[in-house]
Amino acid sequence: MEYIDYYKVLGIEKGAGEADIKNAYRKLARKYHPDLNPNDKEANKKFQQINEANEVLSDPEKRKKYDQYGKDWKHAEEFEKARASQGNQQDFGSFDFSGSGDGGSGDFSSFFESLFGRSGGEPRGRRGAFRGQDYNAELKLTLADAYHTHQQTFTIGGKSIRITVQAGVENGQVIKLKGHGAPGANGGPNGDLYITFVIEDQPPLKREGNDLYTTTELDLYTAVLGGEITLDTLGGKIKLKVKPETQNGSKIRLKGKGFPVYKKEGEFGDLFVTYTVKIPTNLTDKQRALFQELAAS
Amino acid sequence: METPEMIPVAEFCAIHQIEGGFIDSLQSVGLIEVTMVEDHPFIPAVQLLRLEQLVRMHFDLDINLEGMDAILHLLDRVQNMQAEIRLLKNRLRLYETE
Repeated sequence: MEYIDYYKVLGIEKGAGEADIKNAYRKLARKYHPDLNPNDKEANKKFQQINEANEVLSDPEKRKKYDQYGKDWKHAEEFEKARASQGNQQDFGSFDFSGSGDGGSGDFSSFFESLFGRSGGEPRGRRGAFRGQDYNAELKLTLADAYHTHQQTFTIGGKSIRITVQAGVENGQVIKLKGHGAPGANGGPNGDLYITFVIEDQPPLKREGNDLYTTTELDLYTAVLGGEITLDTLGGKIKLKVKPETQNGSKIRLKGKGFPVYKKEGEFGDLFVTYTVKIPTNLTDKQRALFQELAAS
Repeated sequence: METPEMIPVAEFCAIHQIEGGFIDSLQSVGLIEVTMVEDHPFIPAVQLLRLEQLVRMHFDLDINLEGMDAILHLLDRVQNMQAEIRLLKNRLRLYETE
């Protein structure tokens, strides 16, 4: 845990007055506020630091303690004890900044909490009721997971949440679970939980929208003479008829064998299969002779 | 618990400790819609998130009505671009070598 220079965070001098702090905070808040930086984790993190700096420096009591004990925060335990005895568990801010989504408090740095306690003290500001902070979380799925509607259970902020993941969910897609963020204070609403799905390709399968792309090898004889092969797909094994004289790199389209369309039961994209023809190696003398005969014919 | 479809303006203002005049101003410049039910103004629940966003922009960040209007337009564009980038990134993965 490192000392945080709140003056530096807000870009002000140590002797800055109330108006300077307010101006510096507002200027930076306008730049990094989560409302103005959707889906920007870095901006949200920066905003959290600015908010924390403002919380300390704009409150004369906290500022005094910070100036007195800040660099020597390890000896400021008495403040934490005093704070804990108040039994106050309210959020201080009126912003719905993004949480870490890792189940931690997310609101304050460890430095802040060691100096002022976890809650940070009484809420201040315009409004009495505060909306809880939003949480952001990533949910990693395989392509096979995303192919089926299924349930996932995970823990956010100490709470176990079960969601139904609809088949066809896309990589990078974000869903919002209203009210599953941090609790509001003074009757304010809970924050929301934003879940971003991260779906990895499953080689040789690749996905674009609702279509799937794959490659499969054909032996030379099947490519030349035609035949039947079995192909593994996310929906199970399928039999494919290969036309005679199939060229290397040629592509076929299997309608309705691709990825499920999100929230449209029974609808699927297409599966595109590219054939790669495998040239035989380690030919026997007889095989070589036959090929030579073919070449001469 | 079901979310009510309409939220009384008076209740929203009381919770957020803001004047009703602010909602009138937002309505007058077309930033939100207010519906009258038996002479009482209501906000459609679908606009709640946007309204809360506007309240934060105005009261916490000191942004005026014209600024908020411009920001909302730009935010829409940013979000559309983010969706497009996501689509393009997913498409690009098709051509990336393992």
